[in-house]
Amino acid sequence: MGELYETSEITRERIKKYLENGKRFDGRKTDEFREITIEPNVSKNAEGSVRVRIGKTEVLVGVKMGVGEPYPDSRDKGNLMVTAEFLPLSSSRFELGPPKFNSIEVGRLIDRIIRESKFIDLEKLCIKEGEKVWSVFIDIYSINDDGNLLDAAGIGAVAALKIAKMPKYDEKEEKIVHGEWSTKNIPLNKEIPLSITLHKVGSHIIVDPTREEEDVSETKLTIGSTGEYISSMQKGDEKSLTVEELNEMIDLSEKMYKKISLKLEKFLGK
Amino acid sequence: MTAKKSESFERPDGRKTTETRQMTAKVGVVPNADGSAMFSFGDTIAIAAVYGPKKMHPQHLQDSEKGTLRCTYNMLSFSVTDRIKPGPSRRSMEIGKITEWALAPIVMIDQFPNTVVDVHISIIQANASTRCAGINAAAMALAHAGIPMDSIVSSVSLGKLDKQLVVDVSKAEEDWEEGEGATDMPMSFTSDGKLTHIQLDGKIKREQLKEAIEMAREASKKVYEVQKKALKEVTE
Repeated sequence: MGELYETSEITRERIKKYLENGKRFDGRKTDEFREITIEPNVSKNAEGSVRVRIGKTEVLVGVKMGVGEPYPDSRDKGNLMVTAEFLPLSSSRFELGPPKFNSIEVGRLIDRIIRESKFIDLEKLCIKEGEKVWSVFIDIYSINDDGNLLDAAGIGAVAALKIAKMPKYDEKEEKIVHGEWSTKNIPLNKEIPLSITLHKVGSHIIVDPTREEEDVSETKLTIGSTGEYISSMQKGDEKSLTVEELNEMIDLSEKMYKKISLKLEKFLGK
Repeated sequence: MTAKKSESFERPDGRKTTETRQMTAKVGVVPNADGSAMFSFGDTIAIAAVYGPKKMHPQHLQDSEKGTLRCTYNMLSFSVTDRIKPGPSRRSMEIGKITEWALAPIVMIDQFPNTVVDVHISIIQANASTRCAGINAAAMALAHAGIPMDSIVSSVSLGKLDKQLVVDVSKAEEDWEEGEGATDMPMSFTSDGKLTHIQLDGKIKREQLKEAIEMAREASKKVYEVQKKALKEVTE
């Protein structure tokens, strides 16, 4: 499984040594993200799409919409589907074939961050109760993996949803008019959800790891938050955390939320 | 704030806010396995079976430095009211991985290179908190199999129903719609109180989340007592 391309033992040791003195290879502080850039409209054919870069990490996120049947347990609500694909072109570690756990994890975490924060007003996406509803598809693709694809995907999902236009809908034919868009936006709530992932390396907690730093991360906690509230959370990887470390992560996520949401608001022209 | 509410708060099944459903645990439920156990929270019943350490196949998955822990989680199609499609799903794959991560910190299989310890969890009957019941059963099954461990993992879900924190969420509570609705927070702790797993779906402020973590840690001690008692009853 791509073992050949793993971070060398020497590098791993050096990352940990540096951190003991509060330092990172690229000079960042432990609670500092790399430069985040967001570019709109990577595909004309998407309802909304963006390119997000965090340092050298790059993801493309697109929103497409369809019309279909509602799920039996949510007859008056639109559907949301989030998938992530880690393309072999984005890293020597990713291979073709059925989805591996790491991409499923990203798809499911972003799904819950969007869904649990109630960012999309799914009730407004009902066309005819029990029969026809809008489906929102958020698809995430990695283009270059230099760590923290997850938080990049979260920023991308929100940005793509924000700029998306609903497709035209022919009410007589009850069909989408492909390739034509209305002027309407997807019904969204004001509070923006973001994914913030905190990693524990040795006794230090860092944000936005590079690929090499991600390799030495012992455990991670992904927090989906709308600022004041936390709406989803998941701990990953094999090491335990003390409750004190957990509380530190919870507090740090609030600080990071403020910084990243400023970036996003700037992109959205506020 | 929440303390005031708790006196008047009524749970659908009349439990106290810090009370789990009736817990039962039994070791040795799958004779073929190297270790096995059942754990239930009320109507939620999980069984787990452990096979190994055994040689890892296919060979390219072998780790020449240490043993591998591998967990699967599976809901029987008839364990829920609306039949679910048999076979793995994205949800079940994720819970399998979460379980692996929850148990890995306590399992000492470094000295078994090229081997795998397989843990298979099946949910027989579901009434919420299935992953917690599964993790509890799996921890017991690992102990029963004689896998070296330096602790045990005990898992419990915390819920926030409207503004009220409760221990061990049932299905009726998971679907809570009044006020702020339901927030579900499954967590797992080692017997010395370290966190090995946490997930959260819903909406909660940071201060109350910290309160929930403490409540879960307390409740996990009761789970631990049930696990320990069942393990001590094993004679073979």
